[in-house]
Amino acid sequence: MALLETVNLVKRFGGLTAVNAVNFSLDQGRIVSIIGPNGAGKTTFFNTLTGIYQPDEGQILFNGRPVHGLRPDQIASRGLARTFQNIRLFGNMTVIENILVGMHAHLKQSPLATLLHLPSFKKEEKASELKAEELMQYVGLGGVGNELAKNLPYGGQRRLEIARALAADPVMLLLDEPAAGMNPQETEDVTRLFHRIRDEKGITILLIEHDMRVVMNISELIYVMDYGEKIAEGTPEEIRSNSRVIEAYLGRGAVAGQHEVRL
Amino acid sequence: MIALFFNDISRKINQGIIPSLCIMGHMILGTALVYMFPRSNLAFLVLITSFFSLYYFEADRRFKFVAGAVLTLLIFPVVGVRNIFYLEVIFQISVFSALALGLNIVVGFAGLLDLGYVAFYAVGAYLWAFFGSQQFYILHYAPGTQPANLPFLMPGDTFYLFVFAAIFVAALTGILLGTPVLRLRGDYLAIVTLGFGEVIRVLANNLDKPLNLTNGPQGITPIQRPTMPQAAVDGFNALFSRVVGHTVSPADMYNVMFYLFALAVIIVIVFVTRRLDDSKIGRAWTAIREDETAAIAMGVPLVKMKLAAFAVGASFAGVMGVLLAGSRTFISPESFSFMQSIGVLSMVILGGSGSIPGVILGAATVTILNLQILQGLSLYLSQLRQSDAVIPIIHFAWANLSSQLDPAKYQRLLFGLILILMMIFRPAGLIPSRRRKRELVSDALTDQDKE
Repeated sequence: MALLETVNLVKRFGGLTAVNAVNFSLDQGRIVSIIGPNGAGKTTFFNTLTGIYQPDEGQILFNGRPVHGLRPDQIASRGLARTFQNIRLFGNMTVIENILVGMHAHLKQSPLATLLHLPSFKKEEKASELKAEELMQYVGLGGVGNELAKNLPYGGQRRLEIARALAADPVMLLLDEPAAGMNPQETEDVTRLFHRIRDEKGITILLIEHDMRVVMNISELIYVMDYGEKIAEGTPEEIRSNSRVIEAYLGRGAVAGQHEVRL
Repeated sequence: MIALFFNDISRKINQGIIPSLCIMGHMILGTALVYMFPRSNLAFLVLITSFFSLYYFEADRRFKFVAGAVLTLLIFPVVGVRNIFYLEVIFQISVFSALALGLNIVVGFAGLLDLGYVAFYAVGAYLWAFFGSQQFYILHYAPGTQPANLPFLMPGDTFYLFVFAAIFVAALTGILLGTPVLRLRGDYLAIVTLGFGEVIRVLANNLDKPLNLTNGPQGITPIQRPTMPQAAVDGFNALFSRVVGHTVSPADMYNVMFYLFALAVIIVIVFVTRRLDDSKIGRAWTAIREDETAAIAMGVPLVKMKLAAFAVGASFAGVMGVLLAGSRTFISPESFSFMQSIGVLSMVILGGSGSIPGVILGAATVTILNLQILQGLSLYLSQLRQSDAVIPIIHFAWANLSSQLDPAKYQRLLFGLILILMMIFRPAGLIPSRRRKRELVSDALTDQDKE
């Protein structure tokens, strides 16, 4: 059974159909990419999956249960965590606080325990701080726990977003252009990190990415979107030679002229 | 062993004794000045700024605690009973500190601009005003036509019960008002809360018909106070009547009692605020202030957390409302105007949004400015006006000076100026919150990097 499935998902903004009848299915434990030209509706698709936008039509099934119509925090607590295309950290909170916010839904501390600092509260706070430290190490941010998030270098901020998303113990991770703006070395590092997240933590990964080296290197399956529609799906090899994909990226002439295209 | 002992001693001298002496010196100087010049605002300012010494000097925590206790529990009541006006100032500072601390949760922590905060204060005040007065028995009378010798609805001692009831009633009001408006952000939220604040005031103003719930613009009076044990009055007199200079009447003692009550409430509020700030709730509030969308995508239940901020902030105001009704024995809608909301907000901003000591300092500054400095200047000016003195150089008689130039009338102008200057020179407030301080430091660092 698919972990995440959409059935005829539609999202419109006024007259613009940003996501048009997308059928999508993703199995547990895979690493899958969504690619497509700018404005193809990839981020809108993400925002609809995570509840930031409500779909106009269609269904989203996560773990076999419908999640469309739920609030973003409810969807997040079902195990669907995400990062953002334009980094959205809590800039004036420290690195460790950012990660602790990611754990919010898991923390059980009652108001009474909080006010009285009952042993249960202290134990949980301690444990969650330890866990946050571990996550920082895991994504390669050791020793900067007390820095403000906004003072981290760009690559560090991207890593922190991933750590914050992992803090919620997600079943699945949605990454919106995680390698954007990174140099080749950093890109290679995060690619390795994604593999580790999948292999060691068993977290399914769905990512939007423009960097084709990342996409072709990491994806087991690729979905291609254009004008809000899914125009192709397949393995990296299949996508590379798919004429509709080449057309979407490079225009009609590219296909007609039979140019050698390397995606 | 001996070396350790000396090490200990020297460290004490280096860090401990001198600041402690400064704190004590400041307190003693202030107390002495107030004694020598019982009518001088300046002397009182010296005394009340002892809190600065207490806050800024690095001394032993236990010493600070004892000094603070002596100041608030001993010196203030005694000095206050000697000159009841001082006690009024201290009481108002306490009340506004509590209000500002409550608003600080909503504005400073969660970043929700609330321009109608005084509504919750009104709810608390009218709660006790209704149940602690004869209002229940004049529901069917127009204001001013009620018969004499009506009984009170609740005995005065249920006041204590209503202090706790106010927590829940005000929190509930916060949730009720909050639910429809929390989808809004920023400016829109501010406008709607402003509207709600006014709605509560207008309701209080007009609910004298069909059922006379609030007695309209005339307000509710008399409102009961809890009984004052005679032993407390006698005890205070036995201990302090010589220092005070006159025997303390139960009425004076009530003022002391309400001041101490307000102080206790503030201590509880500070405690609750700090505990919440260091928990998942506080982190969620800050996250919401930073980026709502990211917060909700990380699993922070936005509506629940915002309502929690509204409810906690409202409950603080509710408790203070009950206290106000009890201490004043009179409540009217006038006390809950929009300007009051703005006043409390300016205390929060002036002192340092998100900072507990800052907010208290903001409340104290604004209150002292209002009650003492501006009024003191007005008084001085009117004295000059009645004398034959002339303004030197331009030879203009003070007597001919227009009464429009009365400093007390320029309260808001002065506020405006102070706030503008603050925003330019200290945008994070008088005592910035830990977080804001870090922001400013890091901003300064990045600015240097750019250069």
